[in-house]
Amino acid sequence: MHFYVMQGLNGLALGALLFILSAGFSLIFGLMRVANLSHGAYFMLGAYVGLTCIDRGYGFWAGVLAGGATVALLGGLVERLILRRLAGRPLQQVLVTLGIAFIIADACIWLWTGDPRPVPVPSGFEGVFRFQGFVFPKYRLFVVAVACALGLALWLLMERTRLGAMIRAGVDDMDMARAMGIRTSVLFTVVFCLGAALAGAGGVLAGPILSVYPGLDSDMLPLALVVVILGGVGSLGGAFLGSFIIGFIYSYGQALLPDLAYVILFLPMVLVLTLRPRGLMGRRTV
Amino acid sequence: MKPSLLWVAAFGAVLILLPQVIGSAYYVNLCSQILIAAILASSLNILVGFGGLTSLGHAAYAGTAAYFTVYLSAHAGFGYLAGAVMAVAGTTAMALLFGLLALRASGLGFLMITLALGQILWGIAYRWVSLTGGDNGLGGFTRPQPFGIDLADPAAFYYFALVVFGLALFAIHRFMHSPFGQSLQGTRDQPRRMSALGYNVRSIQLLSFVYAGFWGAVAGLLYAYYHQFVSPHVLHLTTSAETLLMVIAGGAGTLFGPVVGAALVVILKNVASAYIARWMMLLGAVFVAIVLFMPDGLVPGVSRLFRRFRNTRRTAMKNTEPDAAALPPTLGKRSA
Repeated sequence: MHFYVMQGLNGLALGALLFILSAGFSLIFGLMRVANLSHGAYFMLGAYVGLTCIDRGYGFWAGVLAGGATVALLGGLVERLILRRLAGRPLQQVLVTLGIAFIIADACIWLWTGDPRPVPVPSGFEGVFRFQGFVFPKYRLFVVAVACALGLALWLLMERTRLGAMIRAGVDDMDMARAMGIRTSVLFTVVFCLGAALAGAGGVLAGPILSVYPGLDSDMLPLALVVVILGGVGSLGGAFLGSFIIGFIYSYGQALLPDLAYVILFLPMVLVLTLRPRGLMGRRTV
Repeated sequence: MKPSLLWVAAFGAVLILLPQVIGSAYYVNLCSQILIAAILASSLNILVGFGGLTSLGHAAYAGTAAYFTVYLSAHAGFGYLAGAVMAVAGTTAMALLFGLLALRASGLGFLMITLALGQILWGIAYRWVSLTGGDNGLGGFTRPQPFGIDLADPAAFYYFALVVFGLALFAIHRFMHSPFGQSLQGTRDQPRRMSALGYNVRSIQLLSFVYAGFWGAVAGLLYAYYHQFVSPHVLHLTTSAETLLMVIAGGAGTLFGPVVGAALVVILKNVASAYIARWMMLLGAVFVAIVLFMPDGLVPGVSRLFRRFRNTRRTAMKNTEPDAAALPPTLGKRSA
């Protein structure tokens, strides 16, 4: 019993991290129809930038901001200078993001060497939380809270603000949105930066749990893709649901059958693709 | 048809004479690597070029077949032939399963599913240490000696790979020009119309997917014989991406495009790694550059130039209205 509760909480923490990562992916895909394969690399780059910030003594929260801001800036440049030229050619866009992912991954090894680096837990969140004999690291609970707050904030942004209304209009009918005077060009850049910022900041937040190492990008990207396939592409609620499902399955899998944790990831994918190919909460197939 | 047959014969003669001309074992081995990569790229070309199905998980088939054959022949006590047959059959069956899953979506969804499936396989090879040896890989494998020919000799292995390469290219050529291959190209260009004409688009794509998986498995078999060792690297996204780059850089949807692309990428990789340690960065940069500046690939680009040159010369000789004939022929629909 104790074991299952502990692993469940670990799954919750992993699910939270996956949501922060895949929410940005889903947001970008929903509006721009770009499957951003650099997303794992953004996550890793954000973590390294944040770590450097922490090492220089600026503190954890400055690291989160710096990671998010750096990656947002990079994302904005990629969107403006490269993806923009390939508008309307989704396949070419995907391949370019993959090429950029390789460049970023290699640059990270170059700049930060190949050694895995731990990220310290921010002050105030060290130690554990005790409840009825269960012991749980405070920081993981904090990350779960952050993911829930982020989910709520994104939902409010999409449903209750003018920017959200414009994004929804763009998702539903791009040409009509443009005809109504929405500047979709600016909208694209804003959304791409926002999604990239989430990945970058998420990388720093994940640091104390996963630490930072070369290959973090290609560990996280497939998990994010599985989440998005499971939840339904472009759906925020789907990303939320899918993240926690994968978080649980992966955590229990790793604890119970460490050799087969990856095989178990097949199962939800097989089930969803067979029974409901557009994903749990997706509105349409890709 | 005649001149192109002549080209193929010339190309074949060059390939056959190559080891005699080169001599050095290092370069003969490099040529063997190119042939193996070319088989894998040509098998991916069935999906990307002719089916319009861009897969980012094609290393899965080569990798799985390589793991299977090393495991079966070197660790489970099967003979080379039995190991090879079981590896190819098992991998082809896996391609059927993956095809059933990935073809539930199309376009970007298909790409994402193939990528995720490929990376899950990589994770299995990396983490299931008791079976796959984890990051250390599986070794203890030696090259077979079919009919008393020792494939440990670089030139002998080159000819072995060349025979398989020739078979693969011929089979893929026949496949593409068969009515079935034509219908696959129909599903790429006009899926709705094909379905209205009574073709079962899904099952045409699925069969082609399995066929591509089969030739991918054959490439994996050669890979295992060549390296006598297999590690998770062969299953990694980088390998899938390299293979896709070969197809796109050479020219998707042409028979020889992926072969040229494979030669380019393998040579670039070997030359580059002699001078710099940053192959991944170079791969990424080449990827971006090719997609931005040469999305059609080398072979269609060059042959377009060649045709335009021939047409202008002909019209100049006839001295008639030049422009209509000199226009470049319309491009085949790119898979979008």
